[in-house]
Amino acid sequence: MRRAFLALGLIFLWAPILLMAAYAFSGSRVPFEWGGFSLRWFLALAANERLLEAAWLSLRIGAASATLATALGLALGWVLARHGRFAGRPLFGVLAGAPLVLPEVVMGLALLLLFVGLQALTGWPAQRGAVTVWLAHASLGMAYVAVLVQARLTGLDPALEEAAADLGATPAVVFRTITLPLIAPSLAAGWLLAFTLSLDDVVLASFVSGPGATTLPVYLFSQLRLGMTPEANALAVVMLGFAGGLGLIAWMLRLRR
Amino acid sequence: MIRAGAWLALLLLVAAPLVIVLGMGFGTSAPGVPPVIPPIGRAGWQGSLEAWALLFADTYYLDAALRSLRLAAITAGLCLVLGFGMALGIASAAPRWQAPLLALVLLPFWSGFVLRLAAWVGLLRDGGWVNSVLLQAGLISEPLPLLYSEGAMLLGMVHGYLPFAVLPLTATLARRDLRLEEAAADLGAGRWTVFLTITLPLAAPAAGAAFLLVFIPAAGEVVIPEVLGAPDSVLFGRAIWGEFFQTRDWPAAAVLSTALLALLLVPIALYQRLSVAR
Repeated sequence: MRRAFLALGLIFLWAPILLMAAYAFSGSRVPFEWGGFSLRWFLALAANERLLEAAWLSLRIGAASATLATALGLALGWVLARHGRFAGRPLFGVLAGAPLVLPEVVMGLALLLLFVGLQALTGWPAQRGAVTVWLAHASLGMAYVAVLVQARLTGLDPALEEAAADLGATPAVVFRTITLPLIAPSLAAGWLLAFTLSLDDVVLASFVSGPGATTLPVYLFSQLRLGMTPEANALAVVMLGFAGGLGLIAWMLRLRR
Repeated sequence: MIRAGAWLALLLLVAAPLVIVLGMGFGTSAPGVPPVIPPIGRAGWQGSLEAWALLFADTYYLDAALRSLRLAAITAGLCLVLGFGMALGIASAAPRWQAPLLALVLLPFWSGFVLRLAAWVGLLRDGGWVNSVLLQAGLISEPLPLLYSEGAMLLGMVHGYLPFAVLPLTATLARRDLRLEEAAADLGAGRWTVFLTITLPLAAPAAGAAFLLVFIPAAGEVVIPEVLGAPDSVLFGRAIWGEFFQTRDWPAAAVLSTALLALLLVPIALYQRLSVAR
């Protein structure tokens, strides 16, 4: 019974993806129609400069926003876990958790209005584009990192940090040599999560981006409205292969430890 | 120092945008760049209630809100039932299989959100894969209108949000004390009785959190209904999107955003309580 549910759910999750993977190798011009084995859609993918440009932009924005999100999320998680009660703590907690529960469309509109307002008041940002998407994605990602960091910090054995301090380590040294290595897994997981969120986001980027800064999901969304070619299937195979490969490497590294 | 920086990030990137949205609802739509007169200008207050009046002008947005909440509830309910079964399956698998099984649930995420939607379009459209398979099998004589319907949209929503439900439920169920279920079984309870009186009540907070974790984003979902849903079935998220991108009426979009937040305030507060309680 339990296995039946699990099998059913996994089949449901994977069915469209396996079909995409199979028909990525079809020569037909119509998606999901078999036209003999062919690699033409992978070749078309490699020759599609607008798509490659969008993908490269998305990878850069993803990495940059995940990095900023990890730094900010570390600070948020640290304050939530270590600063006890302070004036404004309830508000701090609500704001830190808000991006997790705000509908994307509300957050997108809100951030756009922020950037428009900032521009009117200070002249910055002169135009919207990669930088505004970067900040928008970081403000979403930091909330996820904060949750992971807070959970990890509250689960730590305080004796480890106390021992280091007793042996004469300054707070900065304790943080660098004891705390940081111990919470590193949550930072890595948070970075990866923020990177994934950024790489998959249509809504925030549609609101806060400007001309000349089209991310991959926004580009694909516009193509989807025009009617998609089987290139989409080939791209899904490439992305899954990439993610699966990274996952496999991470899994093997864990096994070795 | 750290706390000051954290406050700065939260106030600038989370609080300020929300306050601006609330305020923008009192602005006036006007041609120009940006296409709006803000409620506070050099001369002081110059706001209006025009956009708010739009919200209550007729039942258009009320209908959209009710439809959004209903579809979000159905999506979350389906995700909860299927997700609970899957999480129980993962949690009762041998420990060394749990991580790979969970990875199998999460990996579809990396195929790309928009690409998965493209796949549903290709599978469900009139000349698509599902219809041609059914036609060739002789089960139907003409294509079924599968795409651009409420069913297609629900399929896409459940497919997209299912991992959100599986993840917290697996975490809770994998940590549960199996001795309680064994004790009940030893005392003569059948499998269903054990499930209904022990497993389910103990997992209720996690189940509530999983339901809300799907319900909240689903209520404001834009992209899935846009791609798979019927064009005439207006949802709240799509209404906000349309006011902003098509009508270019920013105050109306802001008012609708405020209304959506107001509708979700209770579920959000409930979710935060449940996730803290766990």
